[in-house]
Amino acid sequence: MPVRPTAALSALLTAALAATALTACGSGSGSSPNTVKVSYKQSMDNSVKVMDTYLAGIKKEFEKKYPGKKVELVPIKAPDSEYYTKLQQMMRSPRTAPDLVYEDTFLINSDITSGYLKPLDPYLAKWPDWGQFIDTAKAAAQGQDGKTYGVPDGTDTRGLWFDKRVFKQAGLPMDWQPRNWDDILAAARTIKQKVPGVTPLNVYTGKPAGERSTMQTMEMLLYGTGDGKSDPLYDGGSKKWISGSQGFTDSLKFVETVYKEKLGPDVSDALDPNYTTTVMGELLPQGKLGIDLDGSWLPQTWLPGSGRAWPDWSRQLGLASMPTQHGQAPGKVSMSGGWTWAIPAKAGHPDLAFDFIRTMQTEANAKKWYIANSGISVRKDVAADPSYATAQPGIKFFTDLVATTHYRPAYPAYPKVSTAIQEAMESVTTGDSSAEKAASTYDSTLKDVTGGQVVQR
Amino acid sequence: MRPYRRVTRALPLTPALVLILLFLAGPIAYCVYIAFTDLQLTGQAHASFVGLDNFRRAFRDSEFLNAVWLTLVFTVLSSLVGQNTLGLALAALMKRASKPVRTLTGGVVVTAWVLPEVVAGFLLYAFFRREGTLNAILDWLHLPRQNWLFTLPILAVSFANVWRGTAFSMLVYSAALDEIPAEITEAAEVDGAGGWRRMWHITLPMIRRSIATNLMLNTLQTLSVFGLIWVMTRGGPGNKSQTLPLFMYEQAFQNSMIGYGTAVALLLLLVGSLFSVVYLRLLRTEV
Repeated sequence: MPVRPTAALSALLTAALAATALTACGSGSGSSPNTVKVSYKQSMDNSVKVMDTYLAGIKKEFEKKYPGKKVELVPIKAPDSEYYTKLQQMMRSPRTAPDLVYEDTFLINSDITSGYLKPLDPYLAKWPDWGQFIDTAKAAAQGQDGKTYGVPDGTDTRGLWFDKRVFKQAGLPMDWQPRNWDDILAAARTIKQKVPGVTPLNVYTGKPAGERSTMQTMEMLLYGTGDGKSDPLYDGGSKKWISGSQGFTDSLKFVETVYKEKLGPDVSDALDPNYTTTVMGELLPQGKLGIDLDGSWLPQTWLPGSGRAWPDWSRQLGLASMPTQHGQAPGKVSMSGGWTWAIPAKAGHPDLAFDFIRTMQTEANAKKWYIANSGISVRKDVAADPSYATAQPGIKFFTDLVATTHYRPAYPAYPKVSTAIQEAMESVTTGDSSAEKAASTYDSTLKDVTGGQVVQR
Repeated sequence: MRPYRRVTRALPLTPALVLILLFLAGPIAYCVYIAFTDLQLTGQAHASFVGLDNFRRAFRDSEFLNAVWLTLVFTVLSSLVGQNTLGLALAALMKRASKPVRTLTGGVVVTAWVLPEVVAGFLLYAFFRREGTLNAILDWLHLPRQNWLFTLPILAVSFANVWRGTAFSMLVYSAALDEIPAEITEAAEVDGAGGWRRMWHITLPMIRRSIATNLMLNTLQTLSVFGLIWVMTRGGPGNKSQTLPLFMYEQAFQNSMIGYGTAVALLLLLVGSLFSVVYLRLLRTEV
């Protein structure tokens, strides 16, 4: 029986289609040797184009400075956790690896361990501007091998935001600065008593708020216990995670107190996954929150054109640094994260990529970036520049915190440790377990998720 | 001649077969392989083969067992009981309703189904949250308010899934009911069978195959619901609404343990096939 012509035709077509599909898969990186591919995180909010605009400007400058070279910007539009996933998948293979990537310090150490990133030391040694970067920020992009894998383009710091309208009603000072944890709780108790209908104190807690709970609340407390010098979460000497510390239990006790005495938001609100938006978008602008332990980036929410514009915020909100547990030295504490520019190990054109970093990090361009994204400078020259310090209210306050800030021990097990911390917080928040019990549950989870790399302290 | 004919006839299928093998079977096989390794998304220089470790770990992990239990509760409540029964009831009622009522009800139910999962999630989040619509209604009726997403999260997300998914069952059953010849129903009526008897002895046996298909599709859809729960509760509070897909996501992408996450995905697949087998068995027997 002869084959029907239509069947033959369809077979041919399908084969052709398959062939195209296959070859399309195969030719991932057809980039020329003169093109540098730059991957970065694009904002989920379409009206926010800060990064896109900034990079477009740098691209123009770069292409002018290095004639014959091209920049290809590869935006990835995704929420944080999906951005990491996407990037990690791209960096696995030389066919898909970009030449330059935007890496969160949260995961940079994990990616270094995976062998995704290239050490930058040979480049940095020949780059005079590197001397302008502060040491703590340099350390944030350092692997356990002591090599540096990223150039930080800013950081964030954390502190206490308080509402002057609420404070006035409660009879509290306008230039409030608590000296220890008890001072914070005392102020919250006063607000609870004198200003009904207002949430006295917000500290993020539990799994719904994710890393925000860990960093903004637990670590802001934890790093203020002890002597303020050694890391209370991770022992760098033995490369082990610390369990059973008094500071950990005390920090959980603080969270427990806030929710047990109803000084914080209603537990069910606090554990609502969208509570962050409520705090920034409703409670603070409406004067319904007394004190908020939060990050330096809050004013971004209230910029004109954001839909939640609140130009008046700097007159109604005050800022205080987070004190240490008993007011012991250095008296205040802050946590920092931020992002870095890094070169994948499998990048095709690392030299060009570093030239692009140099273009981004001229003093003038760095300053432009910090002002545009309300970032906190990790460069001494920019931090000292009056036009940066006065660009936005609060910037000086948060930049000054950089001196006493801490970076997370963001080693490979960190995301799992962070989840364990959130679970411990959640159980004291709901009252399911006492601080001591939650701490001991954390200790056993910690042992489990770090593969036993634990030291008793 | 014969074998030659068979070959030529099968020939046009080969490209499709190759494509399926390459893009469907390939990834599935790769997934199965990964489930037996300790592959991580990040934080690890080399992955190694660990045999059944991931599966053993799952059955020792109280969070996994909790997720299995919640998945069963969610599936039984929202798919078996909710979508399926409500869909049949709606279809039966609509068959008798006047045309405008039918169009309106059908429209409303189908809208819930057409909405993207995430949008539906946000709508129901707004309905159930503390300052949400449901509590406003309760206030108005002078009934005590509740924070549904906090006190009864699995019930709230089950309800959400019923709300969203009933349309599918309704459509399947509407089509099935229309297939029943009018004479049979009339004959039963003449013989003096009431509404319930007709339902039990005539309608249900006659749409048996549709029930099987519908149950199977509903269950498989419900087992894989992710966006709805993620938007409404993110699996919380605690792990009180963390079904298997959410648990899998947390392990694979938040804790970077791709190997373990994939093993959990395979176990989820197993749960789905168990359900399917049960349905097929139950409904094979002739009535």
